[in-house]
Amino acid sequence: MSILKTKLKAGTFVVTAEVAPPKGVDLQGVMDTARKLSQIRQLSAINVTDNQGANMRQSPLVLAGALSREGIEPVLQLTCRDRNRMALQSELLGAAALGVENVLMLSGDHPRFGDHPQSRAVFDLDSVQLLMAVEELNRGRDLAGCALADAPAFFAGAAAAPEAEPFGLMLQKLRKKVSAGARFVQTQAAFDAQKIERFASAAHELQVPVLLGVLLLKSAAMARFLNAHIPGVQVPANLVECLDASSDPLAEGVAIARDLVEKARDCCQGVHLMTLGREDLIPALLDANH
Amino acid sequence: MIISAQKSRTELLETLEGKIFVFLIGCGACATACKSGGEEEVFRMEEWLCDAGKEVTGSMIIDEACHIMRAGRDLRQHKAQVEKAEALVVLCCGAGVQSISQNSPKQVVAALDSLFLGNIRRFGQYEEKCSLCGSCILNETAGICPVTNCAKGLLNGPCGGMEQGRCEADPDLDCAWVRIFERLEEQGRPGVFDRVVEPKDWTAKGTPGRRHIKS
Ligand code: SF4
Ligand code: SF4
Repeated sequence: MSILKTKLKAGTFVVTAEVAPPKGVDLQGVMDTARKLSQIRQLSAINVTDNQGANMRQSPLVLAGALSREGIEPVLQLTCRDRNRMALQSELLGAAALGVENVLMLSGDHPRFGDHPQSRAVFDLDSVQLLMAVEELNRGRDLAGCALADAPAFFAGAAAAPEAEPFGLMLQKLRKKVSAGARFVQTQAAFDAQKIERFASAAHELQVPVLLGVLLLKSAAMARFLNAHIPGVQVPANLVECLDASSDPLAEGVAIARDLVEKARDCCQGVHLMTLGREDLIPALLDANH
Repeated sequence: MIISAQKSRTELLETLEGKIFVFLIGCGACATACKSGGEEEVFRMEEWLCDAGKEVTGSMIIDEACHIMRAGRDLRQHKAQVEKAEALVVLCCGAGVQSISQNSPKQVVAALDSLFLGNIRRFGQYEEKCSLCGSCILNETAGICPVTNCAKGLLNGPCGGMEQGRCEADPDLDCAWVRIFERLEEQGRPGVFDRVVEPKDWTAKGTPGRRHIKS
């Protein structure tokens, strides 16, 4: 059974990280990264991104399957951007056959952001409807109501943007995701303690565990880039100033991330760490006594 | 209405290569309203074609070019001029062009690109409003269409890319879901937020569409 599910049920503080499939064929490099990650004691599962940022890469199914074969638990991300309802369900069944249990169901970034801006976006389903599809598959039926020969046992999650405004609107969507079958939430990168608390208490009411998205800021330039180009991510001005003023911005970024992990320990059930190539710093982020 | 725009003159010339005699057809409805194929534009096109060495055998504006029978009747009324032409240059939307091609064996040249079904704010400023999805959800979305106005056509609320009320795909545009949310709040009703909207039934759109509606 999914370790992620077991730990969340037990109320243990959970840590996830993420890797991206290669833009190419060879999985060696990303597998090495994943193996190193899996050595981190607190880490429960590793997300595998799906054409993240609308940039074409190898199918996440293959990497998720490879991880699962090595006993490293993946969270397979699937977006609605590139596949219609048939393709999504068939990928899901394939994932189950490869031993994947955790799935994170996303709408997906608009193709405009990526390396194929001229492609036709699919969005036959939205993320809520994709969660419904997972629920149906778990019950042994597909979206058309046809019986499956055997049923998968997915543990499905959803994404959320904790700092989004209007907050009430974001919450409406989250409510739908939970009622459609989301059993956990991994959030986008969030930075504002008050907004994180507000989100955490709303999610608490919906009885869905939250893994706070913590992004390692490596420099002020990176923070500015995120603010200008990544939808839904806003680094507050005071943090950008801190990074600017610091003689060691990376250390400052680690300190900021560590504070956010502490915040998550207060009010969430875990963290989803995005360290962008600095996976070696994860133990430092998690070290409360640093 | 159907918003359309004229194709580039270069493209038109290429399509008309080797042809001298042409007959021009405009439309009195949408193409007139968005000034792509009304009387004025047909006249200008005629002038330009003459300058380009073509001979215009005649022209007409059909009330609604998409009306198959009406288009047929008007073509018959200009029979001699149409017969003389090697190509019919049609300044109508794609449906208008095809009601001509259904009525005549002649080569039909589409002079416009049909863009979308939308509204005119003022001349030259058009906004897409409806994707003709076949199962309208407007009653639940405060009269704002998410299928068309949301860049992803999401049916259950906004994506995570919505930022300060703007759309992730085009920051110049409001996020459709913020508008829907605010309007529903003003109206004091939950609307579409009251239920999980099921996956859309695209058979309602039925391509190619063909309907026999009797009242
Ligand atoms: S819901 Fe469908 S029919 Fe209604 S306005 Fe939108 S696209 Fe048109
Ligand atoms: S920001 Fe709003 S309008 Fe744009 S794609 Fe997301 S939900 Fe749709």
